[in-house]
Amino acid sequence: MLITKVKPVDEILPLVSGRVIALCCEGCSEVHYPEKDVVAVLNKIMVSGTDNAIFELVYMCSQEHLDLYLQNNADLLNEFDTILVASCGVGVQALCGKVRNVSSATVISVCDTLKVPGFQGLTPFKFDCALCGECHLNETAAICPITSCAKSLLGGGCGGAKNGMCETDSAVECGWERIYKRLALYNPPTP
Amino acid sequence: MLLTDLFKQGEFVITSEVGPPKGCSLETLLDRADKYLRCVHAINVTDCQASVMKLGSLATCKALLDNGHTPVLQLTCRDRNRIALQSDLLSAAYFGINNVLLLTGDHTTLGDAPNSKPVYDLDSVSLLKAASMLESGSDLDGNKLTGSAPKFAKGAVVSPCSDSVNAQLHKMDAKVRAGAEFFQTQTVYDPERFISFISRAKSFGVPVMLGIVILKSARMAEFMNKNIAGVSIPQFIIDELAADPERAKSGETGVEIAARVIKECRPYCQGLHIMPLGLEDKVPQLLECL
Repeated sequence: MLITKVKPVDEILPLVSGRVIALCCEGCSEVHYPEKDVVAVLNKIMVSGTDNAIFELVYMCSQEHLDLYLQNNADLLNEFDTILVASCGVGVQALCGKVRNVSSATVISVCDTLKVPGFQGLTPFKFDCALCGECHLNETAAICPITSCAKSLLGGGCGGAKNGMCETDSAVECGWERIYKRLALYNPPTP
Repeated sequence: MLLTDLFKQGEFVITSEVGPPKGCSLETLLDRADKYLRCVHAINVTDCQASVMKLGSLATCKALLDNGHTPVLQLTCRDRNRIALQSDLLSAAYFGINNVLLLTGDHTTLGDAPNSKPVYDLDSVSLLKAASMLESGSDLDGNKLTGSAPKFAKGAVVSPCSDSVNAQLHKMDAKVRAGAEFFQTQTVYDPERFISFISRAKSFGVPVMLGIVILKSARMAEFMNKNIAGVSIPQFIIDELAADPERAKSGETGVEIAARVIKECRPYCQGLHIMPLGLEDKVPQLLECL
């Protein structure tokens, strides 16, 4: 469960049919998991009560946890037509890839996964990492150009910034301006 | 004709610019180019400028070439990945379009299709590198080309009056190292700032073409000051345009302003790039003023 927000009910409802079970991932939920929103939306969708059930499992993305869970709950899952999943995109994909072995239910994601700023729960929404696997932070004064530049440029600013603000949003500071400013602090120009 | 050859011959290189239409007829554009732009060395063709979807730059360049003009293909990284960009460079070379201006490109959100997905697989620097690699007989990933390698005059842009000149110089340096052979500048109205920029940029040893837009109204100038990066139009110029709106609208005032800026900056640059934005008919008159 990385950082997620719950989808609008109207987006989910047309996809739901028959008996519904909801599986909520309780893995890295300390990062940012909109628990109350999820419960509120699930309650709106799963109105009939008796036919429905909400379960939690930890680290849906973990193959071992998932295998064990599906093995122990195969009969249960088989009773439902729709499995709502409150998890990040990784959890949804992991579950959907395995659940076919035990149930023919349709898997529907309840959450939108956001980018992962401050993953590990330390500084959510402050520092962004796109998990691109090729870190340039050592060359860019520890400000990521992939996430701080609207064009994810690696070779310097695009020249579109006006008064230091991004061409796509005058309320957002140009990532490369930030990088240049901090680099100047590290390496002040020689007089 | 390669613009780089003209620079080498010591020519003060003059280019202008046209924007393709939002449609598939080039009649008007070609007609205006014939009438008004025979006086320049080459004509830039914009690549869906300001992220507005239009007829392609490559097709328009080919039409201009067939009509006896020398086109400069503008190519941005906004809409194509490295496969398409390099393929378009090869296509241009096949047509004999060898002057190219390589840009990052405005973000898609600024144009008339704001929900389109921006690409930016490459940026201006890596696109210049790709063009340089093609010239040396392989693509950006090192795969060999067959037959003879293309030859380009590789242009790039820089904003001398940017509020962040250091960043501009940093990027200019990167562009030169990636193979840029000439620079066109964002429009200049403050010769002092231009000359000060050139004093720092001349060590790169690459020709710089002064960019100039022919202003049409005080409102246009105010809009550009507010919204266009790297543009700084002094108040006295705005007042000059506001003094006689009809004369300004005809382009007469704009030509006078441009001519003054060009005269002051000319000793410090190697060429001139006129962006008429619809006032192509004023280009011959502006050149007579020089």
